[in-house]
Amino acid sequence: MTVLERIVATDEPLLKVDGLTKRYGSRIGCADVSFDLYPGEVLGIVGESGSGKSTLLSCLAGHQRPDLGRIAYDGRDVLAMSETDRRRLSRTDWAYVHQNPRDGLRMGVSAGGNVGERLMAVGARHYGEIRGKASDWLGRVEISCDRIDDRPSAFSGGMQQRLQIARNLVTSPRLVFMDEPTGGLDVSVQARLLDLLRGLVRDLGLSVIIVTHDLAVVRLLAHRLMVMKSGRVVEQGLTDQVLDDPQHAYTQLLVSSVLQV
Amino acid sequence: MTDQAYNFAYLDEQTKRMIRRAILKGIAVPGYQVPFASREMPMPYGWGTGGVQVMAACLVPEDRLKVIDQGADDTTNAVSIRKFFARTAGVAVTEHTTEATVIQTRHRIPETPLKPGQILVYQVPIPEPLRFLEPRETETRKMHELEEYGLMHVKLYEDIARHGQIATSYAYPVKVESRYVMDPSPIPKFDNPKLSGNPAIQLFGAGREQRIYAVPPWTEVVSLDFDDHSFHASKAPHDCDLCGSSHSYLDEVITDDQGGRMFVCSDTDFCEGRRARGMKGRLWAPEPEAAE
Amino acid sequence: MIRIENLSKSFTLHNQGGAVIPVMAGASLTVAPGECVGLTGQSGAGKSTLMRMVYGNYLAAEGRLTVGGLDVATATPREIIRLRRETLGYVSQFLRVVPRVPTLDVVADPLLSLGTPPDQARARAASLLTRLNIPERLWTLSPTTFSGGEQQRVNIARGFAHAYPVLLLDEPTASLDAANREVVLSLIEEAKTRGAAILGIFHDEAARTRVCDRLVDVTGFTPRLIPGAAA
Repeated sequence: MTVLERIVATDEPLLKVDGLTKRYGSRIGCADVSFDLYPGEVLGIVGESGSGKSTLLSCLAGHQRPDLGRIAYDGRDVLAMSETDRRRLSRTDWAYVHQNPRDGLRMGVSAGGNVGERLMAVGARHYGEIRGKASDWLGRVEISCDRIDDRPSAFSGGMQQRLQIARNLVTSPRLVFMDEPTGGLDVSVQARLLDLLRGLVRDLGLSVIIVTHDLAVVRLLAHRLMVMKSGRVVEQGLTDQVLDDPQHAYTQLLVSSVLQV
Repeated sequence: MTDQAYNFAYLDEQTKRMIRRAILKGIAVPGYQVPFASREMPMPYGWGTGGVQVMAACLVPEDRLKVIDQGADDTTNAVSIRKFFARTAGVAVTEHTTEATVIQTRHRIPETPLKPGQILVYQVPIPEPLRFLEPRETETRKMHELEEYGLMHVKLYEDIARHGQIATSYAYPVKVESRYVMDPSPIPKFDNPKLSGNPAIQLFGAGREQRIYAVPPWTEVVSLDFDDHSFHASKAPHDCDLCGSSHSYLDEVITDDQGGRMFVCSDTDFCEGRRARGMKGRLWAPEPEAAE
Repeated sequence: MIRIENLSKSFTLHNQGGAVIPVMAGASLTVAPGECVGLTGQSGAGKSTLMRMVYGNYLAAEGRLTVGGLDVATATPREIIRLRRETLGYVSQFLRVVPRVPTLDVVADPLLSLGTPPDQARARAASLLTRLNIPERLWTLSPTTFSGGEQQRVNIARGFAHAYPVLLLDEPTASLDAANREVVLSLIEEAKTRGAAILGIFHDEAARTRVCDRLVDVTGFTPRLIPGAAA
């Protein structure tokens, strides 16, 4: 069965989020967020700084514990899981791509070691095979194989970000969290990364939750879009519909504030 | 102040009880690093304050003590610690592995196999084997708790990637009873196999880092490796030039400015014992000036 | 395949005092398989708006709008995504693609999304690009650098790569020379022959006459209101 057939065949959401709320004292991080994410689907979350999109992402990825609500991954209650299980999930089935590659890479470890870490974490003990897989993944993110023993500090920003993606995808995760993955990159580098991500999403049938403030990025990458303001989801729907026919006042403001090129 | 002004083995009884509790916990959970309230000792950190405190908590008046530093009984560190306990505890001392009831060591395991009832106390500079790649203590503790040890293999991977083989030659990481990954202290990896199934009690003390851990007798200790780059307990490919031993860990000694060198056992007691039994190495000349 | 009943649409501009702009009311039409229906009416009458609603790009306010049996007006995003992937193709006037992607892959993309093997998808893309006279030396380049006419042809090739049962065409022959216009018209005719239901906007009258079976004037769907009174 191809990835696509598998995706089309399932009608069960991979991730079910229900009433997720996180408060910081009296301040709201995010409130009452609910959505379903299906296999192969890319969900964009947009909003300005402080809108709660990053809080939401970190609650979903298990970096923070929400105060209220439920998260079900593949039918399992994530918040009720033991930490061992949750952490195992986050280094096998899940992946997290940080905005700053330095937060997601081990800068003192070679590119090959960075990619191989997740394999070794799940028990790979054959050096040759680990290296072979690392080399394969470097190729897939367009990093020349002869850089396998170089440290990420010798890489450009775009290469570091691609390395971070390879490091995350090597264990074939099904759910990928991305926090502003193209932020801080040159526009031409961004385009290359977007193209790469789109191909990987399609070929591997990844489900992705991508947080960004860049509407152009979500238009090209996300199937669906969620707009957040002051911790709440003010609008969600098909990406192009939300961007071209926004219903909520805030979304209209957001869309009309983008500089046209 | 007289020697009698000190409590037996320098530390007060409450402190020793506290350390003994940590030791017992360490023995109960092999390879697990137990925090303890390390005391100031009358010697600088790095001189084995952790090992000395563990030793103080273990000693009884009937003990016979041996102290080695890099295998030798006669270096500054070994002599100082031996004198320290001879003075503060009044225990007997020895240089013979077989006669000792308690052995404190820095960076070696004696060549002579240990026996049941003996205690081997290691001095440990950095107890955390994961520290190399993960600087956060909160995170390393979590990794131990959840047995997330992939990082240890990243270290070995880096070795092979850079040097073509696992170049880590001392403080080579081990897994104890298939559970905790442990730093065996900076012993040469040649000594790693002796950690496993050893009849003696092995205690590890890190003074500055305030950690005690233990390997109880007959515990399985496995050196980490890859399927296609297996662990190898290497040593210099020579025989001891004094006693001729082909299976002991050797020190290289530079003998002149013309590139002359010799290899000798790092375990001085072991080497002397062999020579006393008449075994000879390439350069052994039995005490030429001893005639006087 | 397309059935529109009493469809209406308005825009509420929250940031301009909540002004409500009705743009469509009582729109009704059907397009059968193998049929091409042309939308007519003056600029601003709502032709593109209607097309965008059919595509699910604009939300409908009231009424029914079904494409291939799916009610687009009430469908979930997931259903619309699947509809667009399998059933509903759209050739807009503007090419919107990820920069840096080679033209060949841009055209093959709809097939790749359907799980067509890459070599097969690229072969189909290549034959369409050849037909539309895009020189082969351009295939490895991103269309973002192409001229308007070339971009339009890449867009058409992409829209015709998969044999969608329903096609929306927004000015497919605009800015094309006679030869390429002819290619596009025969592509449309071929699509009709295989049973595709086509809804299109054609300013080119000769083209309209040639491919359209019926015309629907959207002026009849334009709300007759005094401007400003709606607010």
